[in-house]
Amino acid sequence: MTDMATKEAKVPDKDSLFTGTYNFGTVTSKINDIVTGPTGKGWVVGFAVSFLILQVLLMAVTWLLYEGIGTWGVNVPVGWGFDIINFVWWIGIGHAGTLISAILLLFHQQWRTSINRFAEAMTLFAVACAGLYPLAHMGRPWFFYWLMPYPSTMQLWPQFRSPLIWDVFAVSTYLTVSLLFWYTGLVPDFASLRDRAKNIWARRAYGILSLGWRGAARHWHRYETSYLLLAGLSTPLVLSVHTIVSFDFAVGNVPGWHATIFPPYFVAGAVFAGFAMVVNLAIPARAAYGLKDYITDKHLDNMAKVMLASGWIVFFGYGVEAFMAYYSGSPEERDLFMKNRAFGPYGLWYWMLILCNGIIPQLFWWEYFRRSMFWLWMISFVINIGMWLERFVILMSLQRIPWQSSAWGQYSPTFWDLSTYFGTFGLFFTLFFLFLRLVPMISAFEMKHMLPESHTHAPGSGGHH
Amino acid sequence: MGAAPAKMASFGLLAEFDNPQALVDAADRARREGFVKMEGYSPFPVEGLREALGQKRTLMPVAIFFGGITGTITGFMLQTLTSGGLPAEWDAWIPFNQWFSYRLNIAGRPFFSWQAFVPPMFELTILFAAFTAVFGMLAINGYPRLNHPLFEVPEFGRASVDRFFLCIESEDKLYDNEKTREFLKNLKPLTISEVPA
Repeated sequence: MTDMATKEAKVPDKDSLFTGTYNFGTVTSKINDIVTGPTGKGWVVGFAVSFLILQVLLMAVTWLLYEGIGTWGVNVPVGWGFDIINFVWWIGIGHAGTLISAILLLFHQQWRTSINRFAEAMTLFAVACAGLYPLAHMGRPWFFYWLMPYPSTMQLWPQFRSPLIWDVFAVSTYLTVSLLFWYTGLVPDFASLRDRAKNIWARRAYGILSLGWRGAARHWHRYETSYLLLAGLSTPLVLSVHTIVSFDFAVGNVPGWHATIFPPYFVAGAVFAGFAMVVNLAIPARAAYGLKDYITDKHLDNMAKVMLASGWIVFFGYGVEAFMAYYSGSPEERDLFMKNRAFGPYGLWYWMLILCNGIIPQLFWWEYFRRSMFWLWMISFVINIGMWLERFVILMSLQRIPWQSSAWGQYSPTFWDLSTYFGTFGLFFTLFFLFLRLVPMISAFEMKHMLPESHTHAPGSGGHH
Repeated sequence: MGAAPAKMASFGLLAEFDNPQALVDAADRARREGFVKMEGYSPFPVEGLREALGQKRTLMPVAIFFGGITGTITGFMLQTLTSGGLPAEWDAWIPFNQWFSYRLNIAGRPFFSWQAFVPPMFELTILFAAFTAVFGMLAINGYPRLNHPLFEVPEFGRASVDRFFLCIESEDKLYDNEKTREFLKNLKPLTISEVPA
């Protein structure tokens, strides 16, 4: 028998990444039984509510397709409203998943192991929600393939000098690579689901999904090499995606957008909001499924620290924006900042975002707030609101005052803007609940690798086995 | 069909262990014994197992590198040709130039604006490299393959859970059903099973 099974329960250490006593078999059953076991009542209720909210999205999109973009509040001069705000917000949230799974893997951060699957799924669903907005904003989404470079009969090609086309390449690559990364990580776990499934249909379904994985040493070696390189590829990818999203703004010659601080500040903002969302999802999920031995307080503590650090980069970005408005010497930049951002019609929202993103997260300097589940969840929620307000202020404050004052206008979202935004939560949570039920939410094979008895020494060099 | 050689009647012999160290030690003994056609199976990657089995390093990184380069070149060519990056005078010599090129004058910027082509080139580099990494790895490993002789052995169901296996295949030159079984017995496995072909 393995040593671990007979070992006495350790005194829980508050910095431990894996508590409780487990062996290879119990790790597998603990994680897989969530998928193969009976459906919980809480899951049914959660899924039903999410599915209901998804119908709001379907209704809003149907009306949009029937009636046209006029159902939204966008018009001259504000052409980018809720659709772009929510696109940037959702895609930013997605970035934390890639950061956890790829960058932390490259840095050999072991605390990624129990949260990576979960965070990668969040990435996929957030990108799916984000992708809906530009598609819907096209007005005629059934012509979406016009964005792709393909030899059409009219010999028309995309305009490759435009950041909007870069966005198409960036977001579609991001979705594809995130999906591949997630699926590759799942293959060995699908194999153990296949081998433990009692129901013939479950065995067949997971058998197909596992592709017939056998866990041969040769296969593992190629698998690990490819997975590591995929992490190495995903890391610059995730940085490039939000950089390109920021180019949508920064490349344009618009005061307040035309700034070199945009790419790093957008990427940091994405990490900031994304970690907040991971915490918002992880705290209820680990409580509901009894996974506190796997997702420990130490994981959440580390995530709070990442939020604190990335929050400061974002806060620094706000400072640079204010400083550059003054230092540019351009009256437009100064006017815009003073009369349309910090003060003026959007002043309230601006100071609220400073409060949400700059001031409140400073509570994470105290361990009490990083370890208290209530406060950690609340502060993360506030950060998500703050990051939404940031995009709102960035988009709104500038578009309403184009160069010609005769064209100045206002924007306010309509019922359909709001219902589309509300509805994407339905899509996100419907997908998330399906994920929790159908796919192991923690990487079981990587958790087994965390057990002390998984470590080997060179043959013949002696050991306790 | 002619009569198959007697030793091909089985795929090989499968020894089961309950911890990764035992598998590494067993693989090391088998390699020293001279076995070549063998494979280790484990629920997670076991350090040192590849070396103990005498397997070579994979060339996946090289393949992925070339996949990435292909993406870069594809991105560059796609944008240069379709934007009319090649001079119009070349049309007579390179017929495809006029088939593809879509010369848009955007504020007098050059047709060959390579700086603006960098972001899609970068994205395609990542995309092609990622495709090579995932689909290349699966293809070289021979997946998808839903059937395999090993799945006929009931014990092998735990290879993805908590057991570790060494399989000496009948194709090995030293393979002999009786002698190989004796050898495996000396490694003190939990079970030894014959894998039907």
